[in-house]
Amino acid sequence: MKKSLNERLAILSDAAKYDASCASSGTTKRDSLKSGGLGSTEGSGICHAYAPDGRCISLLKILMTNFCIYDCAYCINRSSSNVERARFSAEEVVWLTLEFYRRNYIEGLFLSSGIIRSSDYTMEEMVRIARELRLTHNFRGYIHLKSIPEASPLLIEEAGLYADRLSINIELPTDRGLTQFAPEKRPANIRRSMGDLRLKIEAASEPTLQTKRRKRFVPAGQSTQMIVGADQSNDSTILGTSARLYGSYGLRRVYYSAFSPIPDASKNLPLIKPPLIREHRLYQADWLYRFYGFGIEEITEKQPDGMLDLKLDPKLSWALANRDRFPVDINRAERETLLRVPGLGTKAVAGILSSRRYRRLRLEDLARLHVSLKKVQAFIMAEGWTPSRLIDRSDLRAMFEPKPEQLALF
Amino acid sequence: MHRIVLEGRGNFAEWRDAARSLLAAGVAPENVDWRTRMDAAGDLFRQQDEGLPTCTSSPSFTVPKAFLPLAEAVICHSDPARFARLYRLLYRLQEERSLLAVRADKDVAELHDMVKSVRRDDHKMTAFVRFKEIPNDTGGSRRRFFAWFEPDHYIVSRVAPFFQRRFTDMDWVIATPKGTAAWNGEVLEVSTAPAENPHHTDQADALWRTYFRNIFNPARLKVKMMQTEMPKKYWKNLPEAELIPEMIASAEADVIAMAERAAREAPLFHTRLKSAAETPIVAPSGEPASLAEVREQAMHCTRCPLHCKATQTVFGEGPSNADIMIVGEQPGDQEDLAGRPFVGPAGKVFDQAAEYVGLDRTRTYVTNAVKHFKYELRGKRRIHQKPNLGEVQHCRWWLKLEMNFVKPKLAVAMGATALSALMDNRGKLSDLRGRMLDMGSTGAILVTVHPSYLLRIPDRVKQQEEMERFREDLAQAALFQRQQVGSPVASE
Repeated sequence: MKKSLNERLAILSDAAKYDASCASSGTTKRDSLKSGGLGSTEGSGICHAYAPDGRCISLLKILMTNFCIYDCAYCINRSSSNVERARFSAEEVVWLTLEFYRRNYIEGLFLSSGIIRSSDYTMEEMVRIARELRLTHNFRGYIHLKSIPEASPLLIEEAGLYADRLSINIELPTDRGLTQFAPEKRPANIRRSMGDLRLKIEAASEPTLQTKRRKRFVPAGQSTQMIVGADQSNDSTILGTSARLYGSYGLRRVYYSAFSPIPDASKNLPLIKPPLIREHRLYQADWLYRFYGFGIEEITEKQPDGMLDLKLDPKLSWALANRDRFPVDINRAERETLLRVPGLGTKAVAGILSSRRYRRLRLEDLARLHVSLKKVQAFIMAEGWTPSRLIDRSDLRAMFEPKPEQLALF
Repeated sequence: MHRIVLEGRGNFAEWRDAARSLLAAGVAPENVDWRTRMDAAGDLFRQQDEGLPTCTSSPSFTVPKAFLPLAEAVICHSDPARFARLYRLLYRLQEERSLLAVRADKDVAELHDMVKSVRRDDHKMTAFVRFKEIPNDTGGSRRRFFAWFEPDHYIVSRVAPFFQRRFTDMDWVIATPKGTAAWNGEVLEVSTAPAENPHHTDQADALWRTYFRNIFNPARLKVKMMQTEMPKKYWKNLPEAELIPEMIASAEADVIAMAERAAREAPLFHTRLKSAAETPIVAPSGEPASLAEVREQAMHCTRCPLHCKATQTVFGEGPSNADIMIVGEQPGDQEDLAGRPFVGPAGKVFDQAAEYVGLDRTRTYVTNAVKHFKYELRGKRRIHQKPNLGEVQHCRWWLKLEMNFVKPKLAVAMGATALSALMDNRGKLSDLRGRMLDMGSTGAILVTVHPSYLLRIPDRVKQQEEMERFREDLAQAALFQRQQVGSPVASE
């Protein structure tokens, strides 16, 4: 008997949840005032709900189908898994997206799929859904499509006309890891398709002779995901791969997904609790690289085994390992230097820079900028404050480490 | 003491008008008692208080541009102190013109915190409003929706345009205790009167709950994280939230159950797929019989570590019986992405020079001494790095094979790397530049600079000179090409 829509929604959203990406930001601003249709994007994304796993729900994240001819060990939908299978028709995906959108449950659609028949067949079906939404239903919300590996460049090109974002997952930080766990995937082809997409995005963003208007093509760029903890790669390798991906393909985001045990798991994989703190530290390091002017080597070079410190955030542990750079005078230091002070974020630094043009800043001033004095005071000098050898204390690290917790009895 | 009574439901104009009069009369902030009508009603009217000062002269003062959006947001805050704080800031601004830039100032910081709170409320409204479809009894073709929401601040009029921009093709009403917004396709109506919750229901909520339950990963329970972003106060109006307690309670058991369901035998279709895919794709190996085979083999090259960081092998391109082979250094950023040689900025310089001197590009074979892009990351840019001797040596394997199959009568070495790859006894580029060197059976070699060198010369005059020399060198190749008339050209 055919499964009901509700049953299939259950299966195909369960199958999609291991993809961490759910962003709906970074695209062009557009709305339906002129078209009188449905949908808008506002630049920054909106999270319409949060699940108890703390993850934001911004898009309707589903698979078109979880049948798959690939057998990637880390994936719940691999061909050798006994997970229940289902498939949506294109019309059903369109209907669900629009009805969910109308109730303001979501910002749009994030559609991925298992690979059925061939890469091209699968990609073509996905493109059809995006085309229907945009052209038939005049839908202006957010669309994120997963590119199917090995799909033809022409299909990717069409997908880019409708989608805000395209992504293709690198899955594992090393080629060796990927070939080991995903025998059908070719790391070189994944890189090639990212390179190809970057060239297409750049070509579309160049003004033509006729008009200054840029062609709309994947306005929210491309992203990817790496699974953390399924293979033996250390954080330094993972971050190195990220840096290369950002630099080579102009990716907007690299998502890190702590490997999470899946039902009916392959025997090759660790059935452990997902390394959530490690994932969190990787995101923090990624931020330091993208917004704080840190080089990847700087973040990991003084860490044993190339692993980030789980107890302290990467900026703090970098600062503790480079104490000769502190204390920093917040009334004089340059922006780049301020950004390296633990406890100062980009907003606080902007506040400091604009305030200190008119007055000398004291610790109280920092508190009003929502800076944690406890964290920052050892690393800075301010009007009326010098950290009097605080920075040289051998137990400085212990002051920041989380208190040891007694294990729960039950 | 001046006592000012306002509606206080997010109307900026009423505060602005009052503040203008007070400021024009020079009333100090500590002499104003701001009240909303609600809390003024319970108060006994104190006779000694004055109302608004009457002012005959037209007020002449200005505020910095940034003050207005800040003030408009603060006025929507529900804190009764907002009017007084805002007036204090306005008053101080008359003397301290750049006060708004001093983010650490107590008054400025306080108001920014209020703005932040209002903006957060705006954002949560765009996120957590849930529309329920209601029957269309008006006979029109537009679908009708209703939403009940409970904001912290008086933000309905601020956020209503967002819903108008987004849900343009449907009729909707958003009702809240702090006002109502309604859109019918033509007019957006906003009122500040408190509304009641009529408790509509919508069948689609069941599907949404199914989605919410299944997108949740019980192995990564992070309840605190959820609650910082979706505080409990919103839960009662979110159809999905009623599932949360049960989802949290059963998470651990779900994970254990999952772990116990160890891998079982693979389903039938997997076995069928596997046997169908028995014939594995073998990477070609052994002696290549044609240039196409060399190219295929080179695609999988791992002779040196450069392949790890590059996107792909960039192999040579052009007719397999070309008279002239152009050898560059290595692919650059653009070549690495496109998988084709000479398509980046240096390639363009080469193309232009070739066209200028009449060198027929379609009859030349172009390639590089090293087939993978070598770079270092500087920030988010890939900066070209010169390949070292070892890498050049490894890659000569491919260059030699290309030479063997194409058998060019003339090889043009552009730059020192190409020169050292083509000639074992490495001479200095400056000594050999511009000379046609006869290499006997392997044809001739013409040595010139790499076009990327031309791009890097900062001085315009020098650059022009060097460009001339480069063209002169290529002109020799063009002459050579014209002398080869009659030799057939096959395209690959």
